[in-house]
Amino acid sequence: MMMNQMNQQQLLHWIDMVSFAVVDMTEYLDTHPHDEKALEYFNHYEDLRRSALRAYGEKYGPLTIDTAYPEKHWTWSMQPLPWEGGNC
Amino acid sequence: MWNYERRLQYPINITRPNAKIAQVIMSQYGGPDGEISASMRYLSQRYSMPYRKVAGLLTDIGTEELAHMEMIATIVRQLTKGLSAEELEAAGFAPYYIDHTAGIWPQAAGGIPFNACEFQVKGDAITDLVEDMAAEQKARTTYDNILRLVKDPEVCDPIRFLRMREIVHFQRFGEGLRLVQEELDSRNFYACNPEFDPGCGK
Repeated sequence: MMMNQMNQQQLLHWIDMVSFAVVDMTEYLDTHPHDEKALEYFNHYEDLRRSALRAYGEKYGPLTIDTAYPEKHWTWSMQPLPWEGGNC
Repeated sequence: MWNYERRLQYPINITRPNAKIAQVIMSQYGGPDGEISASMRYLSQRYSMPYRKVAGLLTDIGTEELAHMEMIATIVRQLTKGLSAEELEAAGFAPYYIDHTAGIWPQAAGGIPFNACEFQVKGDAITDLVEDMAAEQKARTTYDNILRLVKDPEVCDPIRFLRMREIVHFQRFGEGLRLVQEELDSRNFYACNPEFDPGCGK
């Protein structure tokens, strides 16, 4: 499914997946800094993560401060917190 | 979920090691009013805080405190790096050196190890926020005490920055307390615990 066809739940799940790939690859690359395949994999998922976070921030409100884009109101503090349950 | 930034919140570059002052500044790492205490206090209190804005404030300040922990550890590291065992001993650092060499371990200036009893999570919104305000002031007092002992401007400069943040956070928690009180009965803010009995006090 393309990112722009995802609902909020699906987009968050997508962010969880690509972000986990970035975390896992970060740790792997710390000990294998010249692994070309891993570098390619990292760049791919880092790119997907960045655009997904931006899309989520624009559509549903920010998950990170870098994708908060405040205009008239500070929505950051009104976003659901991840331990509330429901859509997190 | 967190992400790490490979930088300090405020720059630290100490060129004159001094284990004597490292020994006292270390208290702001693992001491009773140190930055670990601060961070763990706010990041633990937030889960049951019933007002989202205040839970968000605890998250954001608790996160900044993690960066302060890193700043204090950096100061202690730069103050002790490269000193010989004899130099450490001459500076009164031998008891710490015996157990931790020149590593960074959370303890108070007097050697008391970090302990979760340094902070409280009472699970009561007003109680916890009043503790948070007191904690910021206690940390400010500690930074004032450090500044009376330390003369090296390379050390004083980041310590002054940290001291200022205590004052700002005291203000923010005061505002958080006001947000909570606005949800309660103004005739008696302490009549109940809205963190355990949702909707009480209105």
